[in-house]
Amino acid sequence: MLKSQDLSSRILSFSLRLAGIFAAQENCFQYLQGELLPTLFGEAGPLGGAAWTAPTVRSGWVQGLRTLARHPSALRFLAACGAVDTIFSLQGDSSLFVASAAGQLLVHVLDLAMRGPAEGRRGPRARDWPACAQKIVCHIEDSLCSAATPQVTQALNVLTTVFGHCRGLWTQGLWVRLSPLVARLLEKDPVPASHSLVDLLLSVARSGPRGAAGGVGRSSSVLSSDRGLWETLAQTLSHLSPTQAGPLALGILKLQDCPQALRTQAFGILLQPLACVLEAAAQAPGTPGLLEGAAGDSMTVDTLLSSKSACVGLLCCALAHLGLLQPLPQRPSPWPQVPLLGAVVTILRLCSGSAAPTSDVGGRLCAILVGCGRVQRAALDFLGALSQGTGPQELVTQVFSILLEYLMSPESSSMVLKKAFQATLRWLLSSSKTPGCCDLDPHTQQFLRELLPVLQKRLCSPCWEVRDSGLEFLTQMTRQWGGRTGFRQALLASEVPELTRQLLRDPESYVRASAVTATGQLSGWGLRATPASPERPGAQQESLLGELLHILSTDSEGFPRRAAMQVCTEWLRDGRADVAEDPERFVAGVLQAASRDLDWEVRAQGLELALVFLEQLLGQRGSRCPYSVGLPETAPPGVLAQALQVLCRVQLFEFAFRALFDCDRPVAQKSCDLLLFLRAKAASCGSLQEAGDSPSVASVEATLQRWQAGEQGQPLGYLEPGAIVAVLRSVDLEGLRDTLAESSDHVEKSPQSLLQDVLAAVGVLGENEADCY
Amino acid sequence: MKLYCLSGHPTLPCNVLKFKSTTIMLDCGLDMTSTLNFLPLPLVQSPRLSNLPGWSLKDGNAFLDKELKECSGHVFVDSVPEFCLPETELIDLSTVDVILISNYHCMMALPYITEHTGFTGTVYATEPTVQIGRLLMEELVNFIERVPKAQSASLWKNKDIQRLLPSPLKDAVEVSTWRRCYTMQEVNSALSKIQLVGYSQKIELFGAVQVTPLSSGYALGSSNWIIQSHYEKVSYVSGSSLLTTHPQPMDQASLKNSDVLILTGLTQIPTANPDGMVGEFCSNLALTVRNGGNVLVPCYPSGVIYDLLECLYQYIDSAGLSSIPFYFISPVANSSLEFSQIFAEWLCHNKQTKVYLPEPPFPHAELIQTNKLKHYPSIHGDFSNDFRQPCVVFTGHPSLRFGDVVHFMELWGKSSLNTVIFTEPDFSYLEALAPYQPLAMKCIYCPIDTRLNFIQVSKLLKEVQPLHVVCPEQYAQPPPAQSHRMDLMIDCQPPAMSYRRAEVLALPFKRRYEKIEIMPELADSLVPMEIKPGVSLATVSAVLHTKDNKHVLQPPPRPAQPTGGKKRKRASDDIPDCKVLKPLLSGSIPVEQFVQTLEKHGFSDIKVEDTAKGHIVLLQEAETLIQIEEDSTHIICDNDEMLRVRLRDLVLKFLQKF
Repeated sequence: MLKSQDLSSRILSFSLRLAGIFAAQENCFQYLQGELLPTLFGEAGPLGGAAWTAPTVRSGWVQGLRTLARHPSALRFLAACGAVDTIFSLQGDSSLFVASAAGQLLVHVLDLAMRGPAEGRRGPRARDWPACAQKIVCHIEDSLCSAATPQVTQALNVLTTVFGHCRGLWTQGLWVRLSPLVARLLEKDPVPASHSLVDLLLSVARSGPRGAAGGVGRSSSVLSSDRGLWETLAQTLSHLSPTQAGPLALGILKLQDCPQALRTQAFGILLQPLACVLEAAAQAPGTPGLLEGAAGDSMTVDTLLSSKSACVGLLCCALAHLGLLQPLPQRPSPWPQVPLLGAVVTILRLCSGSAAPTSDVGGRLCAILVGCGRVQRAALDFLGALSQGTGPQELVTQVFSILLEYLMSPESSSMVLKKAFQATLRWLLSSSKTPGCCDLDPHTQQFLRELLPVLQKRLCSPCWEVRDSGLEFLTQMTRQWGGRTGFRQALLASEVPELTRQLLRDPESYVRASAVTATGQLSGWGLRATPASPERPGAQQESLLGELLHILSTDSEGFPRRAAMQVCTEWLRDGRADVAEDPERFVAGVLQAASRDLDWEVRAQGLELALVFLEQLLGQRGSRCPYSVGLPETAPPGVLAQALQVLCRVQLFEFAFRALFDCDRPVAQKSCDLLLFLRAKAASCGSLQEAGDSPSVASVEATLQRWQAGEQGQPLGYLEPGAIVAVLRSVDLEGLRDTLAESSDHVEKSPQSLLQDVLAAVGVLGENEADCY
Repeated sequence: MKLYCLSGHPTLPCNVLKFKSTTIMLDCGLDMTSTLNFLPLPLVQSPRLSNLPGWSLKDGNAFLDKELKECSGHVFVDSVPEFCLPETELIDLSTVDVILISNYHCMMALPYITEHTGFTGTVYATEPTVQIGRLLMEELVNFIERVPKAQSASLWKNKDIQRLLPSPLKDAVEVSTWRRCYTMQEVNSALSKIQLVGYSQKIELFGAVQVTPLSSGYALGSSNWIIQSHYEKVSYVSGSSLLTTHPQPMDQASLKNSDVLILTGLTQIPTANPDGMVGEFCSNLALTVRNGGNVLVPCYPSGVIYDLLECLYQYIDSAGLSSIPFYFISPVANSSLEFSQIFAEWLCHNKQTKVYLPEPPFPHAELIQTNKLKHYPSIHGDFSNDFRQPCVVFTGHPSLRFGDVVHFMELWGKSSLNTVIFTEPDFSYLEALAPYQPLAMKCIYCPIDTRLNFIQVSKLLKEVQPLHVVCPEQYAQPPPAQSHRMDLMIDCQPPAMSYRRAEVLALPFKRRYEKIEIMPELADSLVPMEIKPGVSLATVSAVLHTKDNKHVLQPPPRPAQPTGGKKRKRASDDIPDCKVLKPLLSGSIPVEQFVQTLEKHGFSDIKVEDTAKGHIVLLQEAETLIQIEEDSTHIICDNDEMLRVRLRDLVLKFLQKF
């Protein structure tokens, strides 16, 4: 086939990969290396020819070699056919995929060369290394010394992969050899490929070669020792610009073991921008800053004031990095919670224009930051993260007041509002954690009184994103505080419940979905729009249920229907009064609506509801933990018979059996689990009379077979409990479960499928090209 | 080039530009904030307003109590409201050649200028500007004329008395020049002087300059103006917007390469983003109506109301307000809604394409069709039959001093269920509400001003790069209440020149060139000589013919042919014969070398003095003085022609002749 003149690039690429797969076995490799492998991977192959211009061929070449290179013979082959030089050149390939794969292949080849039988003896001394590894390392050395930044980047990326993935002792030797070259990069101004350099240093620091380097490193070079690496890191921190140094500082602070001085320096880098802001906006000199004695670093101030984009970029990075650091156990201690809170509140004030700084720097910062959505979002995220700590009451009051200012401001964009809602929720929840107090403190109570009118207004916003975030906030708050008197009173006194109810008919489906969830949550806590009339206590609830069923059966969008199903499930699970009155009717209605739904998540949620109903009838399922040992719980025969009657009446089996052959795998899986649970319950109660041979069983089985074949038109009809049990036993539910547990592309990934593709490619070449998986 | 600044209001400008022998008035805005000092004119007798106590001086003197009334601590003039006119004394307005109007809000003083100053020129404006401007004027006249007031207060304007009054009356400027509203007759006469123009149309003014209106994106037909001669370009940017609202987008490219850019009419609320304000407007409207309250929106009959109605069209269904009636009450409501639909060519692209479907460009047509929006000329008549509450009413005037809005303020002011939402930024809402205090109804201030903000201005200036920017003084510094907000001012290099009312600015550029046309036959006869690479010169003898500010070089008449023995005198004989041409000189005289040459030729005791324009070489012995300047050299000696000729020849040695 390869001799064909008009071989398409896709077929050629496929052949390269396939050959790689075959040659991965050493014996197979021996068989192929005579003719096929040199024809494909050597100079006689596509290399340099017309086909080589297609990226897919180059990609196939690299991937083929990547699979092939698993044994020492492969290394010899690579050396013989000059593949390593080609890989070097492919590192700068115009296709990013090829370039990246070439870099990884290089690392793979280096690792393969350095492993092998002599691995244990290979110390860091380079002269002991095999020729192939020497060649690659020399290439990396040359690239590191190159004046061209792309080459330096390639070398740094390869090294980052080496230290990230290779675990051999030889990596220490590599670091000993290359670290002086890496350190020399810092002498250049600007530092080339700073991103990649940061990645490499962090990769080295994490891989721990310096830890295990022991005496060897120390005796050969200062840089190879722990101290050397820490010094390089410290040097890098001070050489890079504040923006470039941020990710490195964060990486250093995440390291488990690291000298305190370096941690202090790294933390200082992250705090520096906020310290500048705090100092610039300070009303009076002498206000406690973030960094003792180091505030006002001129480089950071220069970056902040140089341009709007630089200022915004630096502040956003600093805020995001500190936000990531905050929840970590290894975050710096003591954590400067109070000045950080002060700084983030100041930033938010500068952004809203409500700060009135007196200094020049403050004035210019204000002009840059005012109305800047990116910084507002980053600051609100970080403010939310800071809610995990505490602060003096005065500062907490400021936090709530700035949050309220943002929630009220017409200038807040929808994303900023969303973040403001999230931060508010986190602060509200953290502030009400006071132990031994079951109700809200007066400050929170007061804040709620001011917040609810704002929420009310936001629920009327013409911007649907705002209405949606308002509802999400309400749902979360109700979930946490639904039982607290203060919250209940404030909420009921407002129009929020009524507005939420109205939003069930919002034109935007996301809003309807959120309104459904919020209404479900509110009604769960008995927080209705208006008190129900004394004559018909369930009247309003009933109409709400009707409204949910209406949404379930008529809403054209999936999200509201999914939300409605979730609320129905929760109501059934919680045994809400009106549902508990006639659960059969409720379940029948919901399942009927769900069975016709085109959205698989609605159907899956329907099965969840069915399972809850089943558990209520037959008792809990056993422990979901697969390793726990427990005796199967049995239901008394009388109960089971009654339960099956009920299940037949609500047409649960029709729903579940249809779902069993659902084209969406999660639905089928869920149904399978449900039916297995039911069968287990039935099995434990042998006295139920089966109708194994009755005609109805045969017809059910026939219908199920047709359903499985895709003909789902015919209904199952009314079933007797006995027939159900018989059908449950006859269907191979375990087999079905195992098939469903396979990944969705297991058929395509099977060797059989590959073979079919190959045959198809050979057979009808040109008409039906092979897919390359 | 001079700029006479007749108005102190940055968004209602009135400036006069003197440029190349033309006198051009740029806009004639009318400052109506003066009306805030007056009591409202109620359509229906208001016992509350008529029973307000008269105001008396601290010493109990009550001689002003007929003219001034007190309401909740504020003092108001009980008289027909008066307007603050542009300056009329700074320049003789009868000399104004043309008036260029940029948008319908900036022409409200037109009748005062065209009818009472001896103005004889032409006014240029686009068609929508004129039509909607007419509606605004008609509404204003109607509002004021339909509530005749017998009393006209003038005593309080006496300077000695005004000093004794409380603020803000005490601080009101030039009250003696305040005038009552014009009449419809004056409006018609003023509008008849307008000549309609289209965007990018070039209009020649006396051959001296060319003026061109450009789309400014702010309102229907709103324009910026380019005023240019062959070598100079002045841009007048007034009331422009970069937001996507209903009008055609702003033409920025044509403003490039201006020598001077006069920048007026920026947003009055630079800290408020119109999108956020529209959101506030809708939310507050919905909240009020849901509670059973009414919403009052004081507004102009055209402009932002179109965008508000469009937002509401999309919003009312989602907010469950479909059953709430919306009323638009104005003497010109019907015309305004209809005009907006017919000016398709002046609309943004989206709306223009709708016309070809064919669909009305604005969705308010559908609101009217479905009876959700109803419009009435006034509260009298049909409206009182159809009126249902809760409802939303759009009506004028935004100052709350006249128009149907006064009635609704009186009607709804007592209930806290109702809300008044201010969307027009021209008047301070607190001052507008002052004569209605105490007020129970809720007040929401969401000013929607789509004009350029300072960030947009800064981008615009970077893009068009004018050599000089001229703007009202308010834009050259941060607002007094927010002095730290350096972002709320124009920041450009060189710094903008600012002006204030009654100031005359000499604009900082000099005219250096004038274009002269050469007739083809004359051009044919020229023989250019290259004096240095790329520069050629030719001498021209011609007659300069100037008419309508256009200059043409024509070939000189031929010398008279000797005609036989006829001695009859001919017309051409009057023209003097062309003299033999002296050679033209070029080059410069290096002083040091010149002095050396003089010394070589026997002159001694030479002294050189530097002057502002060049040098003076003093030959003290010969009592002679040689003045060397950039474009002239003078030899001043005492009756010694020989010496002069010697010196002249020495000078000529340094110069090239041709």
